[in-house]
Amino acid sequence: MNGMFTHASVNRGSFRVLSISVLIGVAAAAPGVSRADDAPPLVIRGETIHTMGPAGVLRDAVILVQDGKIAAVGPASSTAVPAGARVLTAKVVTPGLIDAHSTVGLSGIYNQRHDSDQLERSNAVQPELRALDAYNAREPLIAWVRSFGVTTIHTGHAPGELISGQTLIVKTRGGTVEAALVREPAAVAATLGDSARKSGDKSPGTRAKMAAMLRAELVKAREYAERREKLAADAEKQPERNLRLEALGRVLSREAPLMLTVDRAQDIASALRLAEEFNLKLWIDSCAECGEMLPAIKAAGAPVLLHAPMRRAYAEFENASFATAARLKEAGILFAIQAGYESYVPKTRVVLFEAAIAAANGLDREAALASITIDAAKILEIASRVGSLEIGKDADVALYDGDPFEHLSHCVGVVIDGQVVSEVVR
Amino acid sequence: MATQIRSAGPLMLLLLGGWLAAAQDKPIAFVGARVLPIDAAPIERGVMIIQGGRIAAVGAADAVTIPPNAERVDLADRVLMPGLVDTHNHIGMDGGGDRSGPLHPDVRIEDAIDVRSTGFRRAAAGGLTTINIMPGSGHLLSGQTVYIKLRANPSSIADWMIVDADGAPMRGIKMANGTNPMGEPPFPGTRGKSAALIRELYTRAIEYRERIRQAAGDLSKQPARDLGLEALGEALDGTRVVHHHTHRADDIMTVLRFAQDFKLRVVLHHVSEAQHVAEQIARAKVPCSIIVVDCPGGKLEAVDLAFETGGVLERAGVLVAFHTDDWITDARLFLRMAALAVRAGMSREGALRALTIHPATMIDLGDRVGSLTPGKDADFIVLSGDPFSVYTHVLETWVEGRRVFDRDDPVDRLHAEGGYGAGQPLPPYLCCAEHAAEGD
Repeated sequence: MNGMFTHASVNRGSFRVLSISVLIGVAAAAPGVSRADDAPPLVIRGETIHTMGPAGVLRDAVILVQDGKIAAVGPASSTAVPAGARVLTAKVVTPGLIDAHSTVGLSGIYNQRHDSDQLERSNAVQPELRALDAYNAREPLIAWVRSFGVTTIHTGHAPGELISGQTLIVKTRGGTVEAALVREPAAVAATLGDSARKSGDKSPGTRAKMAAMLRAELVKAREYAERREKLAADAEKQPERNLRLEALGRVLSREAPLMLTVDRAQDIASALRLAEEFNLKLWIDSCAECGEMLPAIKAAGAPVLLHAPMRRAYAEFENASFATAARLKEAGILFAIQAGYESYVPKTRVVLFEAAIAAANGLDREAALASITIDAAKILEIASRVGSLEIGKDADVALYDGDPFEHLSHCVGVVIDGQVVSEVVR
Repeated sequence: MATQIRSAGPLMLLLLGGWLAAAQDKPIAFVGARVLPIDAAPIERGVMIIQGGRIAAVGAADAVTIPPNAERVDLADRVLMPGLVDTHNHIGMDGGGDRSGPLHPDVRIEDAIDVRSTGFRRAAAGGLTTINIMPGSGHLLSGQTVYIKLRANPSSIADWMIVDADGAPMRGIKMANGTNPMGEPPFPGTRGKSAALIRELYTRAIEYRERIRQAAGDLSKQPARDLGLEALGEALDGTRVVHHHTHRADDIMTVLRFAQDFKLRVVLHHVSEAQHVAEQIARAKVPCSIIVVDCPGGKLEAVDLAFETGGVLERAGVLVAFHTDDWITDARLFLRMAALAVRAGMSREGALRALTIHPATMIDLGDRVGSLTPGKDADFIVLSGDPFSVYTHVLETWVEGRRVFDRDDPVDRLHAEGGYGAGQPLPPYLCCAEHAAEGD
């Protein structure tokens, strides 16, 4: 699946070409003649459009949507739009928001056994658990976050076991995971810290044991992959297939990133050490004490999926700060803000609100918006499809009646793949 | 300071020195802010004068005479409003009653509070000045609450307690119904049993009070003292408020029946389904202290929780306050909670009152705090802008004429923003998290 998401810069040229032909086609078909089988074209007009792409911020501008994709973005005065198009207007328009790390769809609104599939407790190491087999596309919390403009979520197995399982990336629409899917697996989720600690005689009971176990699993997976490859021709000598080790093999081959949830500074250091040792593609997740580790994170070049700033500051999280996002930005570290996972109320946070708190605590507003749009897309390697309002990208758009970060503003519309999926004012 | 004078005879001499010093304090004039007195219309570039821990004057620049000896504080471009009042908060404590039973009227939460908890520094950073600290909701009656003020330099909870005109500490009773207090025996297994246990307890308190009355001072006829039943007697007499945790509409109605049947002064807390019974609540004239969290759910009873509830109750004519339930929501974000209610249709004025005078009224302190009114305690906050803007910060928090939070101070700033040393190494008291699937 990874091949579908080649880097944005590679595709940009061809998208431009495509967009021009679409525009010409539309102009020829207008007025009032729509192609059979196709919904009428959609136009979104904004007093301000934050494209989050090279076009920057546009005033009095329009987005033309065709076939679920963005066909044009530009000033209203100079951008041709077909007659008969459905027009949505809003004060402020942004790309659909991306939540860089959630568990929604595995964790549910009721917080009861029947809707809590985010964490399997039977074993500390279970990378073979696929989010695809657990994501409930009809979970009410998905509609909740969508109503604030969230159109893409990276969700799956939660922090809380050494290796808890896989994650995936979905759009916040569709009645099945297949209909919602953007990429699967997105990452393998692992945790170093108190939440992964077992009690009694069960392992891992200490931090050092966690690292030792993780190292041992990765070594085992590497040997397995080597044997499978070397002995590929000899069916008898081949080791039996092992789905667990194959899942970790994708981490070793850098096909899947290892998303390592770490909050204490020493756990962040362990994450960087392990990533270097095994040449992993590392996503540093949560990272409450990021601020203490900026030079090391910067040197490692690993992106950060930063915790929800409003998450409660206690235990391993005691040193969390509203200002961490601003410090990451200042240090030049690529980061995205996430809603994250908590076991009690609120059952999900809303990533728009979380970025707002970062914006109110030293992060400039455009960077805060980037942390839940284009920067999140870059980290999640989906920037060729989402994260900015550029020609050829998916028509995922959020509409607001004011500064999206202001408490008193409302999300007034949400579009995913060109479909208006929410018009509730919230 | 006069409050402390009333507090206790033995402390009188000790406190008198402080009181004299305070009484001689130079007046301070805060000049130029947009003043939100709450009990009057906003004043552009207003003036507030405080002296001796009290508000001396509030008004427009041309209506207030600044005493010549006053210290002047320029607050141009700032917003000045009363300190926030939180009716429901769990900072600095580890729970009230234990798991030995569902009813603990003898337990006083002030015996469990660590005033050095960083949570109180965060509360001051959030603009809170008066707080009702409550035991949790894992019991039908988890204990007695305590009303406090975040006064400067506390050595123990005694320095923060508020006393009434007779010198008695002010407290409430914390009760709960619905799923949180239910469980294995000796906890009730059903709603019917929950209500029966509560009715039985109130009935015992009535009988205890009656026996004492009938004994008329005759020690041979007097029942053995029961401090728990005495506290409940105050609730039955109407001198103490019952703060009742309740979510579901039917549970709300059950609490209204308790209030009616036993003639209690009740405040309904949380009321996640209040929008379904707003008219009934209004007719019963029972106030509601509500919480707004960032999404519905997390427990079965909160699935209908809505940002709109504040506005719905306001329009129904119910007295509404907000509460942090800290740690459930972070006290630094208390203004934000009211803003979310405004976002969903509550009036700005109503939301401001729901952070100040309404909660003050619910804990019987409406005549002392909750508005910038001459004669009231000088409890106020200085904001960088509109109270409901995400970009606004609490710059200063004052309690009884003393500054207890200053965003320019590096330590205070740490507690306002977070960072190394600001948090708490141990898990906080999270009320009922053990009832969630995760905690099983």
